[in-house]
Amino acid sequence: MTQSHPDGPFIDPAAAGLADTMVALPPQRRGDGWRRAWRSMVRGRWPLLALFILALLILAAILGPTISPLDPNRQNIMTRLEAPMVADRAGHVKFFLGSDGLGRDVLSRLLYGARVSLLVGVTAIVIGGSLGVALGLISGYFGGWTDDVIMRIGDIQLAFPFVLMAIMFLVVLGPGVFNLILVLGIGQWITYARIVRAQTLSLREKEFVEAARALGASHASIMFVTILPNVIAPLTVIASFNIASVILAEAALSFLGLGVPPSVPTWGSMLAESRDQLIANKWWLAVFPGMAIVLTVLAFNIIGDWLRDFLDPRLKSNG
Amino acid sequence: MWTYIARRLSQTVIVILGVTLISFTALHIGGDPTFLYVSDRATNEEIAQTRVRLGFDKPLYVQYLTFIGKAAQGDLGKSLKFHRPAIDVVADALPATIELTLFSMLIAIVVAIPLGVLAALRRGSATDGSIMILGMLGQSIPSFWLGIMMIMTFGVQLRWLPISGHVPLLEPMFQGDFHTAFANLPSAIYYLIMPSLAVGVYSLSRNARLVRSSMLETLSLDFVRTARAKGLSEYAVVINHALRNAWLPVVTMIGLEFGFLLGGVVVVEIVFSWPGIGRLLFNAINQRDIPLVQACVIVLAGIFVAINLIVDLVYARLDPRVRL
Repeated sequence: MTQSHPDGPFIDPAAAGLADTMVALPPQRRGDGWRRAWRSMVRGRWPLLALFILALLILAAILGPTISPLDPNRQNIMTRLEAPMVADRAGHVKFFLGSDGLGRDVLSRLLYGARVSLLVGVTAIVIGGSLGVALGLISGYFGGWTDDVIMRIGDIQLAFPFVLMAIMFLVVLGPGVFNLILVLGIGQWITYARIVRAQTLSLREKEFVEAARALGASHASIMFVTILPNVIAPLTVIASFNIASVILAEAALSFLGLGVPPSVPTWGSMLAESRDQLIANKWWLAVFPGMAIVLTVLAFNIIGDWLRDFLDPRLKSNG
Repeated sequence: MWTYIARRLSQTVIVILGVTLISFTALHIGGDPTFLYVSDRATNEEIAQTRVRLGFDKPLYVQYLTFIGKAAQGDLGKSLKFHRPAIDVVADALPATIELTLFSMLIAIVVAIPLGVLAALRRGSATDGSIMILGMLGQSIPSFWLGIMMIMTFGVQLRWLPISGHVPLLEPMFQGDFHTAFANLPSAIYYLIMPSLAVGVYSLSRNARLVRSSMLETLSLDFVRTARAKGLSEYAVVINHALRNAWLPVVTMIGLEFGFLLGGVVVVEIVFSWPGIGRLLFNAINQRDIPLVQACVIVLAGIFVAINLIVDLVYARLDPRVRL
């Protein structure tokens, strides 16, 4: 038996519960689908909450520099380790969420950190997803040795704990946003490739593909124009869980000091720095960045869960 | 069965080759790896000497073949900091990591099954709801953060549990000293509780959800209805009939689980100053001790591959359909 976990380090094939047989829904009128989705979200309650959290996060990421009260990197030895919500002599609260060991504002750093998490998460998924979709289409469509080679490479990658691979490449390449995104993205392609391949295998025998071929469409056009739109739906579920796991991986790598350079505040590196103040009981340094990570990851996981049930109601009964 | 074993073994060899190729590529991807081995102030002459000494002047394929040739003999180079063979340094740290991983796995299985069964039996109730929400939360918490929070709460504030430290358990066992190992057991567990919870919570949550859904599926099957119709007690139906079938998916996941756990262990060890491979790897990264980083990664990947092989073989023994 070949192990078939569809992804990198943290994601969760079981929770993703994606059967290879998951089929695209029959086409519907546009507005209809959105309304149905919204109703199902409202009924589920949790997805609505998740959506709200994500909206806040995106706002924080976009408006970060505008709304953050202070410069996230400005150090001030006089105001180090201030507790949250403590007013100074003038009755002013300068640090709503406290300040860190170098006197930097925790709230501002959190807001800037949202940018990194979202940027890294989304870009890595776009890179890994595009690569995986293309290779999966090629693999499933052409079959034969092309398929063999691509899938075996994927098997090897899956047989190797992803975090270790990421650590090794980042040690040599050096930390940096670009390297981080590249490593995290490349780590994800096989997840997408496997699902797209399975779908392509069944779709390429269907009449509408036959029809496209009879009309003289090229291979590329059949793959990307005829087949691709029919495999997108299940990918959205995977992508949602995947963003969650990539954000977790980014936090872990930043925690190890392999993420982005120290001048860029990230939630993971804030947690790494909080370790110095652990014994001194400066709780706010650890609590707030951690909560930011948990809420973000939770939101993506809830959305993924909801999307899966929404797209394939058969799975719903089993929760 | 033998053809299956042969096929699975040959796959494993290919994977191991892949692992060495990946770590070899990682070393060379950033340009001339000689610079990773010399200090910033090294003269050109020193650099050239190091290059020749480490064989980086030879063609890439020669270097790769030498690399796997040596790796096959257990030679993964010398640690730059410890001035000892890297593989020996890793071997010293291995028992602590295995202890932590196994204990986390134990927690992830032993706690998850009753929770999953309970949720399935009380489907739709508040109990079910809370277990599912906690499960979702458990899958969203970074293990290292959970570790930090536990240290703050149970270590620093309440002073119930130690915030770092390790009592050896496997090491005396490997040396044949079972008496010491047994005497160490209570204190070893005392030190293991927090780190292994931090590592295991992700798998615990996933397993609980998995047991629940597979339990729900099994409970709706005909043989369970037959068992009930026979007049068996609810306990016998649930435990002897349903659970026996429902926890198979969890067994299947154990091999993979090990990989997730290893990933978590690496980071959690740093939080708890656990003297295992994770902390070793972290220090090696910070000191740019490249041979040691490589040795850590290859050994961890090797363990992961070996465990998966064993799980697959055991599974094939249990379930004849797999061999087809």
